[in-house]
Amino acid sequence: MTDTPTASSTAAAEPVEDDEPPAAYPRTEWDDYEIVPPTTSLSNEKMTMWAFLGSDCLLFGALISTYLLLRNRQPLSGEESLRAADLFDIPFTSVSSFVLLMSSLTMVLAVSAISRGEMERCKLWLLTTAAQGAVFIAGQVYEFTSFYREGLGYTVSISSSAFYTLTGFHGVHVSLGIIMLVTLWVMVNRGIIGTERAETVEIIGLYWHFVDIVWIVIFAVVYLIP
Amino acid sequence: MSTATETAPEELHDELDDAHDDHDHGLSDFGYIKVALLLAVLTAAEVLIYFFDDKVGPLEVPMLLILMVVKFEIVVAYFMHLRFDNKLFTWLFVGGLVLAVAVYAAMGTSMVFWTDPAGCDLSPNPSC
Repeated sequence: MTDTPTASSTAAAEPVEDDEPPAAYPRTEWDDYEIVPPTTSLSNEKMTMWAFLGSDCLLFGALISTYLLLRNRQPLSGEESLRAADLFDIPFTSVSSFVLLMSSLTMVLAVSAISRGEMERCKLWLLTTAAQGAVFIAGQVYEFTSFYREGLGYTVSISSSAFYTLTGFHGVHVSLGIIMLVTLWVMVNRGIIGTERAETVEIIGLYWHFVDIVWIVIFAVVYLIP
Repeated sequence: MSTATETAPEELHDELDDAHDDHDHGLSDFGYIKVALLLAVLTAAEVLIYFFDDKVGPLEVPMLLILMVVKFEIVVAYFMHLRFDNKLFTWLFVGGLVLAVAVYAAMGTSMVFWTDPAGCDLSPNPSC
């Protein structure tokens, strides 16, 4: 009767086989092919992480520029007060910067290992990365404590507030990264994450590397440049 | 017609696989170690410049900034895989970065030049 039979007419004309459900729409030649949804072939999760990192640039940009604008400001009382720059221990900070930089190496080795299916090696690198992050945080706690003992409290001056806010926010990012790395280690250890989900490790790695590049900027702009 | 359409999905799969392959290559483990060594050398150079600032003179700040940018770019390109990945990721990240630099450069400029002519916002002992 017509070239495009309706579902009801198809069902009436051809008996439905036992192993196939009744067709809700008329079959076409395209039904023989696997359905391939429109795709950019890019991972949504990875794209989301990159978008987040791009937006996080704005957060750290705000904190860094605020510190640069305020680092020489003294209290309104007119008294001379300490600045963070007066207390920097560059050799100590250089070592902790080096540790954080090398944690990026171990992170990328963890990503590389899981993509090859070497789970034990991946777990080792993940733990090493988390441990290096912990060493960096311990160094930051030591630095903050020694600064405080020298008299540089958070509310001593607007300059010290800007310094602690900037480096503290970075420390919070590192701490969150350590939590993510340990969680990742547990998931890999329990077999929840395998080679087929290696991208999860890569995405956490992106976050970790971002924390590293932010410190590259902070170390140069805040600590080294007079 | 039938023959032509039967190959279409396979071709589409091949194209997608090729697209994946195009941005899926990274470095070997040894390659990553070499990159890390380079980063360590650059960091050492930064610290040396800081301690020998009297030798480098007015070049201290430009040299430190250049080293910072180079380190930043190396980590982003190789460790974050952006050099080998899809360009869309690069645009997402660089877009945020450029926006941040532009906004805060504008803010810094306005704070320095468009406020009190005495520069009270930046002086060690502001009068305001």
